[in-house]
Parts: sequence; C-alpha cells; structure tokens
Amino acid sequence: MRIYRLLLYLYPASFRAEYGEEMAAIFEAELRTTRGVARLALWFAVFHEVIMNAPAVHWDILKQDLRYTVRTLNRARGFALTAILVTALGVGANTAAFSVADFVLLRPLPFADPDALVRLCEGPREGGGWGCMNELSPANYRDFKASSSFEAMGAFTWSAVNLVGIGEPRRLESTPVTPEVLPLLGVQPVLGRVFLDRQEDRSAVVISYGLWQSQFASDRSVLGQTVRLNGVPHTVIGVMPPAFYFPNREIQLWTMLTFRDEDFADRTNNYIHGVARLRPGVTFEQSRSELVLIADRLARAYPDTNEETGISYFRMRDNMSPRFRLMLLALGGASLCLLLLTCANLANLLLVRAAGRERELAVRAALGAGRQRLMRQLVTESVVLTLLGGAVGLAVAAAGVPLFASLVPNTLPIATQPGVDLRVVAFAAMFTGLTAMGFGLFPAIRAGRRTGFDALREGARAGGGAKQRLRAVLVTVEVTMSVILLISSGLLIRAVWRVQAIDPGFVADSVLTLQTALPRPKYDNPVRRGQFYERVLAQVRALPGVRSAAFTSGLPMVMTGIITAVEIPGRETKSYRTEGVSHRWVTSQYFRTMGIPFHRGRDLDDSDTADRAWVAVISASFAEHYWPGQDPIGRTFGHQGSTRTVVGIVGDVRVRGLERTSEPQMYLPARQAPEEFPSSRDPKDLVIRHSGPDDALVAAVRQIVRAVDPEQPISEVRPLGDVLARETATRRGQLQVLGVFAVVAILLSAVGIYGLLAFTVAQRSQEIGVRLALGAEPARVGRMILADGMRLAVFGIVPGMLGAYLAARGMSALLFGVAPGDPATFATAVAVVLLMTLAGTLVPALRAVRMTPMSVLRAE
Amino acid sequence: MKTEAESLLPLPPATFHILVALADEDRHGYAVIKDVEARTGGRLKLSAGTLYRSVDRMVQQGLIREIGSPLARNMDDERRRYYRITPFGREVAMAEARRLTQMLDLARAKGLAPRKA
Repeated sequence: MRIYRLLLYLYPASFRAEYGEEMAAIFEAELRTTRGVARLALWFAVFHEVIMNAPAVHWDILKQDLRYTVRTLNRARGFALTAILVTALGVGANTAAFSVADFVLLRPLPFADPDALVRLCEGPREGGGWGCMNELSPANYRDFKASSSFEAMGAFTWSAVNLVGIGEPRRLESTPVTPEVLPLLGVQPVLGRVFLDRQEDRSAVVISYGLWQSQFASDRSVLGQTVRLNGVPHTVIGVMPPAFYFPNREIQLWTMLTFRDEDFADRTNNYIHGVARLRPGVTFEQSRSELVLIADRLARAYPDTNEETGISYFRMRDNMSPRFRLMLLALGGASLCLLLLTCANLANLLLVRAAGRERELAVRAALGAGRQRLMRQLVTESVVLTLLGGAVGLAVAAAGVPLFASLVPNTLPIATQPGVDLRVVAFAAMFTGLTAMGFGLFPAIRAGRRTGFDALREGARAGGGAKQRLRAVLVTVEVTMSVILLISSGLLIRAVWRVQAIDPGFVADSVLTLQTALPRPKYDNPVRRGQFYERVLAQVRALPGVRSAAFTSGLPMVMTGIITAVEIPGRETKSYRTEGVSHRWVTSQYFRTMGIPFHRGRDLDDSDTADRAWVAVISASFAEHYWPGQDPIGRTFGHQGSTRTVVGIVGDVRVRGLERTSEPQMYLPARQAPEEFPSSRDPKDLVIRHSGPDDALVAAVRQIVRAVDPEQPISEVRPLGDVLARETATRRGQLQVLGVFAVVAILLSAVGIYGLLAFTVAQRSQEIGVRLALGAEPARVGRMILADGMRLAVFGIVPGMLGAYLAARGMSALLFGVAPGDPATFATAVAVVLLMTLAGTLVPALRAVRMTPMSVLRAE
Repeated sequence: MKTEAESLLPLPPATFHILVALADEDRHGYAVIKDVEARTGGRLKLSAGTLYRSVDRMVQQGLIREIGSPLARNMDDERRRYYRITPFGREVAMAEARRLTQMLDLARAKGLAPRKA
C-alpha cells in the first residue's frame, strides 16, 4: 500500500488531495481480491497506469492554467508587457555577457583535442608576462624541439604578402608554417591538402576559406592554380575550413616555412614561434619543466647569446592579455547585478499584482479551489511571463553580442564573436529559470499562504504591513545594484579619460597613414627601393592640401617591436633584452608630419645619404638614459656594426601603446641602411599630414603608386587617429556595455521607487485624508512621502557604495590608477541616485499634497 | 450551430461509460469501475487513474457532480465520494448515443454491421 501511495506522488498535488484517498481505497479493494500471479499482474497494471495517467493529468491542469493565464494576462496587458520587457533585459544582458565570456574564456579552441596544444617562445629567464614575449631563433627552436614531451612541434612566423594575379593587387596577412604545424592542429582542409615535407611544396600555398570565397569565388578548380605572392609564383594546394584561424583570425594564407643551414648560425636571430601538441599523458607542467631544463642547458652552453634567454610557454587557450579576462569577469558581474535588479523589479511588479488580485484569489479559494491549485496557477503565470521574457531576451542577446566584439582578444584563434548556438540558448534558459525562481515563486508562495478569509476581510486595503516592507526591501536592492553599476561605470569612464589624456608623443589629427610594402625579391636592390620611395614621396608632397609626408619603417602602436641594443663608448654593452632601444628608419619630414616635438639639433634630411657621415636622431629618454646630464649632440654610438653620430633630440613616443612603458627611441635615415636589411624594416608606412578630405587624398595616392609600380598594392589605409583610438577600443567597448547597464539600472530603480510610493500613497489615502481633515498641512504630508522615498534611497546607497568599492578593488587593474574609492565618482553617482529618487518621488508626493479629505472619503 | 452538448462530442470512451454507469443511480468511484466492467463483460476495466482523471474533467465540464456521501449506504467507507449525473450530463450522453446510432446506421447501410433484429 505504501508503494501505491508513493506512486500517487507522481500526480499533481491538487489531484492527489482530491482523489488520492479514493484511489488508494480502490486499489486496496482490488488487492484484496487477487492472489499470486494475478496480484503481480495488478501491480504491473498499476505501474503502467500511473505512468500513463499522471503526466496526462499534469498536462490537463497545465492546459487549464495556460488558458486562464492567457486570459488574465490579456486583461492586464500593461503589466504583462512590462514584466516581459524587464525579463528580456535581464536575460538578454546576461546571455550576451556570458556567451562572450564563455566564448573567450572557456570554450575549447576549434582544433582537435585543443587542451594539448601549446605555444612556445623565448622569454625572460625569470618568467613573467603573458603570451609570446620574444620570438625564437631557429637554433633555439631546434633544441627545444628535441624535448620528449611533445607529439609534434612546428614553427611559424608572420609575414604579409602582396597577392598579384587575381583582380586588384592585394596585401594579405600570411603565416609561413613548417610542415608539422597544420597537421598537429588536427584540422582537415575542406579542399586539397596541407604541406608535406618535400621540395615542391616550398612554392605551395594553402588559403583560408574567406580568401577562397572573396578572391576565387569559391571555385573548386582553385587547386593547382598559380598565384604570385610578392612576385614569386605559388601553387594553391589546399583550402582550410571556414572557422579555421591560425595563429589568429587575420591570417588569410599559409606558406611553407623552411630553414637553411645559415639560419641556425645566430641564436639571436629571433623570428619564429613554436607550436606543439603534448604527448598523451604528459602534463603541461611536466613539459614546462623539461623546457626550462633545456633553456638552462642552453644558457650554460651559449652564455653569449642565451644567458638571459628563458622561455615563454603557454597553453594556446591562454594567449590573451589578463586584462581581457578581468574585463569579461567585470562585465559578467555587472550583468549579474542587472539580473538581480530586474528580478527585484519583477518581484515587485508581481507583488503589486498579487496584492491587487488577493480578492480574486480569495474568491476562488472560497469557491473550492485548493491552495495547491492556486499556487500552481500563479507559478504557471510567472513561468509563462518569464518564458516570453526569455524568448525576447534571446533576441536582445543576439542584438547585444556584437557590442562585445571589441572584448574578444585578437590573439586567440577564434572568430570575432560567438555565433548564436545551443550554448547561448542554454544560457538564456538558465537565466530565465533563475529569473522565474527569483521573482515568480516567491510571490506565489506568499499568495498561497494568504488565501483565506482575512484577504476577503481586508478589502481594498490589501497589502499592508509585511508586504510593504518586503517591497521596500526589493526597491532598496534595486537602488543598491544601480549604485554599484553607476560607480563602476563612473570609475571606468575616469580610467578611459586618463588613458585618453596620456600624451602619445605625436599629434594624430589630420594625418593619414597607409602602407606600400615592397615585395622581395623584386625589390631586393636597395637602390630600386630608394627610387620607389623618392618618386612616391615627391609626388605626394606636391599634392594640393598636403603639408608634409614621410615614410617610416613602423607606426608607433602598430609596430611595437624592432628593439635592438646600442653600443655606447665607455659603457658595457648589454643585451637588447635588458637594455633595448626601439629603432625606426625614416625619411625626411617624419617628425614634422607626425607632430613629434623637436627638442634640439637638426632634423634628418635628404642629404643624409649612405656616402655621408651616418647619423641618428634620438628621443629624450635615450639621451637621459645614456648621457644623463650631458649634451648628446655630436656624440657617437655603435649600432649593428656601424657608428652613428647624434644630430638631434626629439620627444618620446609611446611606441608600445598608451598603457605600456616604451623603450627609448632612435630614428635613422632610410638612406643610411646596411645592405643586408630584413624587409620588415623597410620604411613602408607612408604618413601624410594634410588638410581636406581623406578620400580624395587616398585616390590621388593610389594613382601615384600605380604610376610608379602598377603591381604595388596599398594597404592599411587609415587616419593616424584610428591607431590611437584602437588603443582605447577595448576599454570603450566595455564601457559602452556597462554604461547601457547603468542607465537601464537607474531607470528601473526610478520606476521601482515611483511604483512603490505611488502604491503607498494610494494605500494610505484614507489615512492622509483623515490627517488633512484634522488640519495637517498638505506640505507636511508631501514631505512625509519625500522622506519615505529618500529613506529607500539611502538604505540602498550605503550598501551600494560598499559593493561598488569592493567591485572596484577587484578590477583595480582596469582602473589605470583611478582610486577604487574615487570621491568624485562616488559623489556623482550618489547625486544621480538621489536625483533619480527625487524624480520618482515627486509625482506621488504631489498627488498626496493635492488630496482633499472629500475626494478620499468619496472613493471609499 | 452546435449545441453546447454537441460541442463536447465525440466523447472519450471512458467518459461515455462513466455517464452510462451513473445514468440509473449515484455511485462512488469503485462502483463505477465495477459497473463498467460488468456491463462490458470484463472487456473494459477502468483504472483508478483513468477514472479520476475523467471524473475531474467531467466535474469541471458540468457532466457530473459530487454529492455528499449518503449516510445510509451500507458497509462502505465513509470517505467515499459519490457522483451523480447532471441534466447536462444526461443531455451529452444522449447526444453521444445518437451520434453512435447514426454511425451504426451508416455502417448497416453498407452491410458492415448486422441489421436490426
């Protein structure tokens, strides 16, 4: 019998309460009449029956409740719409934030068994930093590759090539890879094959899916076609799948990386990265220890070159600035705040509604609806509302995800944003469920407890006392959350201002930049290169509106590397790793064009040719570092085998970016370059200071370049201002999202305060009427309501400030020196919240002031 | 225009049987099961779950109603609930019977069922 009663629990509670006893009695009667096998058959039948019937009964009730819900919500459309929108906001914001966080921080990379993929570079012996600190030299790579920890290891580097032969010449990012690389990632090409270790593949190319679509119109006969990369013919052998990015999403094609014997000669010839797959059973830590041992051995064997060389070794997954992690966590926290706030808001809405319906519920209870049944009905209503809200929220999330695109680090081999997939839907469902529980069940339980005669007795003045207090607590929670969001956004705004206020060392306004990278081997001859630059420069400078123009080997903040050591007479030479100087090859007019302030001495000009004395212009920090307190003009130093004389001093530039410290800089005349010269150091970036529209200028420059060399593409066309703006793009992206959250939060809390006070005034209208009748001044009544509102605000503000302070301490790495308790930000946020409270309180207070005893009594 | 009774047709078999069982006297649940079983020669044996699920719906539809347990009923447990067919229930049962008769007539006309004796 006990088993049967347990089985009955599968039925809805209301059904069980109604018929459980009867059913048990029937079963008992039947049990009495059967024996042996028949009894067994009875049990079997009963199990079958309960399993079939219980869900049917649930479904019956659900259908009824749904019908009823549709009717009631249709009657209260304003309420339903508000509830759905508020849910959508909370669910949408969270789904978007967590989808992006999941995408960046958690989701496995799109490679086979991605947890076993690691990257290897050189780094400081003592460790530190993130990502690839310094490229490997082929010689060191070969020694690390001998480690037993890896199933396979390959090397790759970065390069950009001019693609000629199909349509307009194009400048493309490419990655030369050793034959091990693509197979060890475990991704098959959609078409053709990847590199094999054989001679003919040295002139083969594998292209990305995107390039295949854009440049080859998805033509399957692309395999075997010949394209010219930097003038050298390459045969297309494969097309990679759409979501394949390696080492990042900018890369459009892969060529084969090979080493000649002489590449292994110099251990400071750093230009490659290592990528490897761990042998099964080998942990990341074990492999790291082995690599460290190898590095130690190399340091002992080659102290000249390797004494300071350690490794930077990391899982492929972790190749991102820690700042991204923190930003995404901060956004996750912010969206949880918003979720809590929307839940409080909804709970409030539902409480108000439950209060308004208490009579209806009491009547239904009196007519025989069980308490269980009524609760179930209320829960169904909440669930329907949240499901609708969740569905709209999913749309909000889909629309919101692009907002987060700037928060996806470009160092990871993943797309710019997550597609809307099952996980996103799962997130939405999860947050919808949380919301439903947060606000749906609670009022239902309360309502369930209250159905009875007292509700009928209480009449229109239902919902006093405890319920008012609960609503006040909810509004306080809303205020708290908005204070946290406001202060956090405020602090981040101040941080962005601070970063933007940093002097980059150059003046970006009215400067256009573009790149004309001259391909080798076509331009192997330095005379030919010089002629190209001269002809282009001369014609560009002659264009109307152009004030000055110059070429440089790398724009600040774009080209952040190219660090070398210098030899100062009378000073021990150190490695570029500890005492590096960032150097640039530039033409005349460079400083004028970039707006880099000239301190002393003379500018580099066209007379600084190879047959004259070799010179250099240095930055102020260079002078201060090597010749403190002395006049550096006229002093000499050694650099890459040549001796240079300092002729001028300029201001420092934030080469590595606004938020990083940069090495001292030196500028060398493009014409005084050594014969053997890697193409990455060509003065290929053209900077033009001009007045007038960019478009016309770009068209004119394009024509000039085409006239000089019809096969030469121009690329990376952008205002210098964009380079600067990119420095704060991530911060601004984060701020944008957080700002939206904060604005929504403040609006919702204002609505919450307004709603609560308006309700209070309505509830207390009788009391207020009596007070007025007894001679209370209307102004005093108004003040009373205002005080109520302010009390709510203050109770919310105090914990909000505390929460905001804690949140700010957690993300202090993002604040760029702004104190977590920054008084100006806190004061502003509090002022905004108080103003918001005042706005929310004003209407109810006025309504109270305008009340007359007569009107109140008439309403009663 | 369909009448209110006709809008419920066709009735689920269990509902029809319960209406028939209650047509001549008020019964409690177990009695309904037994009556149906007897009348169908044991071919249809309603389970308790099916019965009460139907009963619940039929009460809401107004086909039957619960009546206070008649004190004088012999032997049975007091907690038993008795059900009585309502006038509307009777109307629905008759409408369903009419519908079934018409169907049977159709079948007869085609020789799919034996002619009336």
